[in-house]
Amino acid sequence: MLSAFSPEELTAIRLSLRVAFWAMLWSLPVGIGVALLLARGRFWGKPLLNAVVHLPLVMPPVVTGYLLLLLFGRKGPLGRLLAESLGIVFAFRWTGAALACAVMGFPLMVRSIRLSLDAVDRRLEDAAGTLGANPFWVFATITLPLILPGIVAGMILSFARALGEFGATITFVSNIPGETQTLPTAIYTLLQVPGGDFAALRLTLVSIAISLAALLVSEAVIERASRRAHGL
Amino acid sequence: MLSVSVAHRFGSFVLDAAFESAGGLTALFGRSGAGKTSLINAIAGLLRPERARIVVDGAVLTDTETGVFVATRRRRIGYVFQEGRLFPHLTVRQNLLYGRWFAPPMDKGPGAAGEVDQIIDLLGIAGLLQRRPAHLSGGEKQRVAIGRALLARPRLLVMDEPLASLDEARKTEILPYIERLRDEAGVPIVYVSHQVAEVARLATTMVVLNEGRVAAIGPTAAIMGRIDLFPLTGRAEAGAILATRVAGHDPAFGLTILRSAAGELRVPHLDLPVGAALRIRIRARDVMIALTPPEGLSALNVLPGTVAEIGRADGPIVEMRLDCAGEALVARLTRRSVETLGLTPGRLVYAVIKSIAFDHHAFAGTAPPSPGADAETRDG
Repeated sequence: MLSAFSPEELTAIRLSLRVAFWAMLWSLPVGIGVALLLARGRFWGKPLLNAVVHLPLVMPPVVTGYLLLLLFGRKGPLGRLLAESLGIVFAFRWTGAALACAVMGFPLMVRSIRLSLDAVDRRLEDAAGTLGANPFWVFATITLPLILPGIVAGMILSFARALGEFGATITFVSNIPGETQTLPTAIYTLLQVPGGDFAALRLTLVSIAISLAALLVSEAVIERASRRAHGL
Repeated sequence: MLSVSVAHRFGSFVLDAAFESAGGLTALFGRSGAGKTSLINAIAGLLRPERARIVVDGAVLTDTETGVFVATRRRRIGYVFQEGRLFPHLTVRQNLLYGRWFAPPMDKGPGAAGEVDQIIDLLGIAGLLQRRPAHLSGGEKQRVAIGRALLARPRLLVMDEPLASLDEARKTEILPYIERLRDEAGVPIVYVSHQVAEVARLATTMVVLNEGRVAAIGPTAAIMGRIDLFPLTGRAEAGAILATRVAGHDPAFGLTILRSAAGELRVPHLDLPVGAALRIRIRARDVMIALTPPEGLSALNVLPGTVAEIGRADGPIVEMRLDCAGEALVARLTRRSVETLGLTPGRLVYAVIKSIAFDHHAFAGTAPPSPGADAETRDG
């Protein structure tokens, strides 16, 4: 079945999956941390942090992409710092595409985890405290298992958002086949060339199939996780 | 052993209460909103009071004078919550052992496994270990919650109305376990309740709380016999507690004879051996007063005594305390009867109690009554 696709198409599909996977994975610990801060923290500037986290949801993706370019581009302050100190380069690399996707999916992930944190019965955490558990163990053994469904949902949302990301990615890291050309940008490119309609349609179907599979798997996983969290 | 003094303000409500206890089961009794739960939350470290000094077993847990506030997790106060608060994602076994992960290493030595089995056995939860809390009944949940608190090896167990969310049948199921805990586990207990029957049955010491303050403190029988506290202990359920022993059985009529300092009582058959100790509660409303030893009367129990104290009239009703050979008995009469009979303190009277009045609410002792002792009607 794979032979039905051209090597270029396969590259785009593989790259899309890779970018979405790493975008999801890297935003996970940060997402849990920020969700905890927003759900539990009491500090000055919390509304501001909340607004900043949600900005990518409401800003035009092109603006987000341009901001990333300014910050993480070759000449951007963070981009230069990371390249010189750690050798990490985002500009025109697939890692940059993953960064753009992570940023775009971040509000969805934080929202999902935060909602499940708000739903945790904090009296259970008090109970764990009376049994001798310190805050770390309370989080690890009580809170984390109880918010697992929200974490899984957040991961899937972030993954799905990454698969569909277009504007920020193309603005930040352009549309380089084999490096930054993901499914949406590949489809866009195909539509720009005469006779590319059929190939674009095939990739569109692939895109639909991947998204649908992600959603179905997530529903099943969330269902299982929430049954476990409720002890059913 | 336990010394608690707490002052804290919640909006317009002021909690300012202090009590001490030498062990056993101390009941904090009072209406909802009297400050009972806040008091045990302060003991457990879940509430940080404005002013407080809390000492358990020689360890200072809170002292605002010197700035001591031991974290909840280091207090080793076992807390049984009203709603159980079992961890839903863990099995019963994992719930039970949760506190043991964090117990100091010295408490995990040899014999620790035996202790787990012993407590599982004490609470009758051996068959539930693999289940999750969602699949337990209310009574089972509370027993597991008690076991979980005990297995963390607490120096003190606090229980916040552990039976409040249960129906009568489930309560009757758990009460004997709490009695065994009080008598066998050797852990002092502070028990919050607003149910007279529960407190009468379980408590060694009773602290009556009213609007954030301690209204009375003392041995349960002494507090229950105080008619000035009836407005707080609840008029309808108010009653004195009598210490008795099983003196014999009357199989022909299905009765059990109980002996107390105040005299003999005949009650519906109890499945207890002769000599067994039993606390019974005689409700004020179940006691009639006669001036002469009654004849031609169906009631089987007549205890002679003197009027010790007559309470203030509350409309048509008057409560009085009788002294029956040193034991306190309380009676609830109409004001009219008091006047007709000319009852005044010092007067010799006979307290008449129907055997049928001894329903399952009346037995407050260490052993639960047999089902046969449950009278169908209270006043039939």
